[in-house]
Amino acid sequence: MNFRKIEEYIFKILMLTSLIIVLGSLIGIIAVVLIKGGAAINWEMLTTTPKGGFYMGGGGGILNAIVGSIYLASGATVLAFFISIGIAIYLQREFTSDGAAGIIRASLDILWGIPSIVYGVFCFIIMMYLGVGTCLLAGIVALTMLEIPIMTRGMDEAIKMVPSELKESTYVLGSNRIETAVKVVLRQGLPGITSGILLAFGRGIGDAASILFTAGFSDHIATSLFDSAAALPTMIFFLSTSPIPEVRDRAYAAAFVLLSIVLLISIISRLLTNKFSKYIIK
Amino acid sequence: MKISAPQIVTKDLNVWIGKKHILKNINIEIPEKKITAIIGPSGCGKTTLLKCFNRLIDLTDNVRVKGKVIVDKENIFDPHIDVIDLPNIRKKMGLLSQKPYPLPMSIYDNVAYGPKIHGKSNKEDLNKKVKHYLESAGLWNEVKDRLKDPATSLSIGQQQRLCLARGLAVEPEVILCDEPTSALDPNATRKIEKLIMKLKKDYTIILVTHTLRQAKKIADYAGFIYFGELIEQGPAGEVLVKPKEKLTMEYIEGEFD
Amino acid sequence: MKTLKRFIRMDSRKRKVFISTKLMFAASVLVCALLFLIVIILFSSSAPLLKQHPITDLLFSSLWNPERGDFGFYPIIIGTVYVTAIAMLFSVPVAVLSSIYIAEYTKGRVMQIIKPFIDILAGIPSVVYGMCAIIVLVPLVRDHIAPFFGASSTGFCVLTAGMILSVMIFPIIISICVEVFRAVPDEVREVSYAIGATKWETIKHVVFRAAFPGVSSAVLLGFGRAFGETIAVCMVVGNIPQVASSVFEPGTTLAAFIASNFGEMMSVPFYYSAMMLMALVLILIVLIFNILAKIIIRRSYGGGKT
Repeated sequence: MNFRKIEEYIFKILMLTSLIIVLGSLIGIIAVVLIKGGAAINWEMLTTTPKGGFYMGGGGGILNAIVGSIYLASGATVLAFFISIGIAIYLQREFTSDGAAGIIRASLDILWGIPSIVYGVFCFIIMMYLGVGTCLLAGIVALTMLEIPIMTRGMDEAIKMVPSELKESTYVLGSNRIETAVKVVLRQGLPGITSGILLAFGRGIGDAASILFTAGFSDHIATSLFDSAAALPTMIFFLSTSPIPEVRDRAYAAAFVLLSIVLLISIISRLLTNKFSKYIIK
Repeated sequence: MKISAPQIVTKDLNVWIGKKHILKNINIEIPEKKITAIIGPSGCGKTTLLKCFNRLIDLTDNVRVKGKVIVDKENIFDPHIDVIDLPNIRKKMGLLSQKPYPLPMSIYDNVAYGPKIHGKSNKEDLNKKVKHYLESAGLWNEVKDRLKDPATSLSIGQQQRLCLARGLAVEPEVILCDEPTSALDPNATRKIEKLIMKLKKDYTIILVTHTLRQAKKIADYAGFIYFGELIEQGPAGEVLVKPKEKLTMEYIEGEFD
Repeated sequence: MKTLKRFIRMDSRKRKVFISTKLMFAASVLVCALLFLIVIILFSSSAPLLKQHPITDLLFSSLWNPERGDFGFYPIIIGTVYVTAIAMLFSVPVAVLSSIYIAEYTKGRVMQIIKPFIDILAGIPSVVYGMCAIIVLVPLVRDHIAPFFGASSTGFCVLTAGMILSVMIFPIIISICVEVFRAVPDEVREVSYAIGATKWETIKHVVFRAAFPGVSSAVLLGFGRAFGETIAVCMVVGNIPQVASSVFEPGTTLAAFIASNFGEMMSVPFYYSAMMLMALVLILIVLIFNILAKIIIRRSYGGGKT
C-alpha cells in the first residue's frame, strides 16, 4: 500500500479521536453534574438556606445562593443593558465617525478579553477606598463591567446588519436618528439583540472570580444592597473541596442548578430568536 | 431653458465620493407639480443627484458636496443648518426607491409610522389617514382585511405600493422616484406608472429612470445626465424625441451604456 | 452659551435627540476610559511595593515569604507558563484536528448539530469545570496516571490544572478554526485535486497553509484565555508558590494565586500591593496576546472579523 493512503488513514483516525474527545468531554461534564447534582437535589435543598454554618454541614440547602445569583445577574444585566444599548446605537454611522467607532470597538474588544478576576480586584480597590465591605451592590457593579463588552458586541453585530436603505427609508419620512433607532433598528435587530442580552446574562450568572471578593459570601438571603450575598458559583467554589459530604452535596446541587440555568438560557435564546423574526425583513 | 417658478433649482452642484467626481457643475431646474424624468446611462450619478435633493447624500461614506440646492427659495445645503433640523427638511421629499423596504412592522404600522412621529396619535385620525393613503396607492382593497399582518407578507409589487402609501402619509411636496419599477413585473409596473401620473396633480415628481419608454410615456420634462454632467434639460417632447445636443440624440437612439 | 440657546429653541422631539446623543456619547467615553482606569489604578496600588523593590527583583526572585517581605513572583509566573503550556499542548492538536474534520469531512447538516454543542461547551461556567475536575480528574491523576509514571501525587497538581484548562479552550479554538477553514475558497481545493492530490494532501499543503493565519490567531486567543483562567485552575492546582518539579506536583498561576490568597493580604504589609502588581502583570500579558491575535487576523484577512 502506498504511504499517502496510510498517512491519510492515520490522520483520519486521529481527527475522529479528537472530535470524540471534545464531544466526550462535554457529555462527561454534563453527566457528572447530572449524576452528582441530581443525587443531591431535593425539595429541601432548593428551598432552604444552610443551617449550622455553611462550612460545617448540618442540613439546609442552597436557597441563599439561588436567590443571590438571581439578584446579582439580573441587576448586572439590567444595568449593562442600558449602557450597552446606548453604545451599540451610538456606533452607527449616523452618530459617530468611523474613526471614533473604531476606537470604541477596539476598547470593547480589549475589555472583552480581560479575565474576570481583574474586574473583581478593580471593584475591590474601589470598595476599599470607599470603606465599603463585601456586598450585593459591589458584586453587581463588577458583573456589570464583565457583561458590558459581551452584550455590546452582540448588539453591535445585530445593529450593523440592519440595511442602510431601511434606515434611509425612514429618514425620508422625517424620522430623526433616535426615532429610527428605537422604532425600526431595534425591531429589525431584535433577534440578535436578545441573544446578546441572554449571552451576557448567562456569563454573568456563572462567573465566580469577579464576585469572589466583591459580593462575598453568606448563609442568609441578602435583604439589602449592602448585605454580603452568596451565589451559585461561589458556593460551588468554596464547598466542592469540603471534607464533609453534606457540604459537598450543596456544591453539587448548586452546580446542577447553575448548569440547568445556563442550558435553559441557551434554549430560550434560540426560541426567542425564532419568535422575534416574524416581522423583520430578510 | 427657463421654467417660470421652478420648485427646485441647483446651482453649480458638485459631488465627490472619495476621489471620484460624481456630479459636475449641475445646474438643473425642476418645475412644480410636473413629472421630470432624469435619464442617462447607469452609474452616471442620477441616484446621487436624487440623494442631494433630500440630503440623504450626507450618509454616504467619504462624500463632499459643493454648490447649492435651492428648494422653495431656500438652500438646503446652507452650512448654518443644524444636523438636528435635517428630518424636517427631509420630510418635504418623499422617496420611492428601486427595491421596496417595508418597515419591520405590520402593514398598518408602516403607513402610520410617519404620522405618528409627527404627532398624530389620535386613533381615529390615524385609521382615516391609513385608509386614505392606502387608497391613494391603490392598495386598500387588497389589504383592508389584513392590516395587522407583517408587511413582509405582501408581494413585491404590493410592497412597493405600500412604500408609496407610507411616503404619501407624511404629506411631502415632492416625490423622488429612483427607478421605482425596475424590480417589478410589467403588470405591477403599469400600476405604479398610472399612480405616478395620478399623483402629479398634487405633487412635484422627479423620476429617475433607466427606460426611455417609461420616460416618454409619463414625463412632462426631462434632463439627460451623462457621466455626472447635465447635457440637456427641457420639455419631454424635446429632450426625449428631438434633442438639441448630439450626445442626447446618440443616447436615445442607441441607449448605450 | 451657544448650546444652551440652541437647546431652548428646540422642540421636544429635537430635545430627545440632543439628550440621548449626549448620554450615549458619555457611555461610550466611560467604557473606553474604563480600560485605562483599571490599568492606572492597579499600577498606583502596586506602587508602594515597587518603591521598595525594583521590578526585576520581584519578577525573578523565587522567594515567596510575605511575612518576611520577600515577594518573588518567579515561581508564580513560571507556574502560569507551565500550566498554560500543558493546556495548549493537549488542546491545540485536538482542537485543530477536530476543526479540520468538522470543516472538511462533514456535510453542512452535521455542522448544524455540532455547533450548538460547541456553543454550550463555551457557555459552561468555569466553576463547573473546576468541580468536575475535582470529581473526575483529581482521583484519575492521583490513583492512575501518577502511579503509572512512578510518581505519587495528591491529584491537585499542575497536570490536572492543565488538563481541565485544555478542555475549556477547545471551543474558542474550534469555533475560529472551523470558520477559517470554511472561508478557504473551493477553487483553491479544486486546483489541488486537479493535480492529483488526495483530500488529505490538499488539506495538509493547501487549505491549512491558507488558513494558517486564522489558526495562529485562534491559538493565540486560546493562549490568552488559558493564561487568564482563574477559577477552574485555582480549584485543582494546589496553590503553592513554588516551581513545580514535575507535573504531578502542585503549583500555582497568577490568576489562581490572586483568587486563593486574597483573604490573607490585608494582614501583611505590602501583600496588597503585591497582589495588585500580580493583577497588573496578568492583564498586561493577556492584553498583549489578544492584540497580537487581532493584528495577525487584520494583516491576513484585511480587517476581517474574528
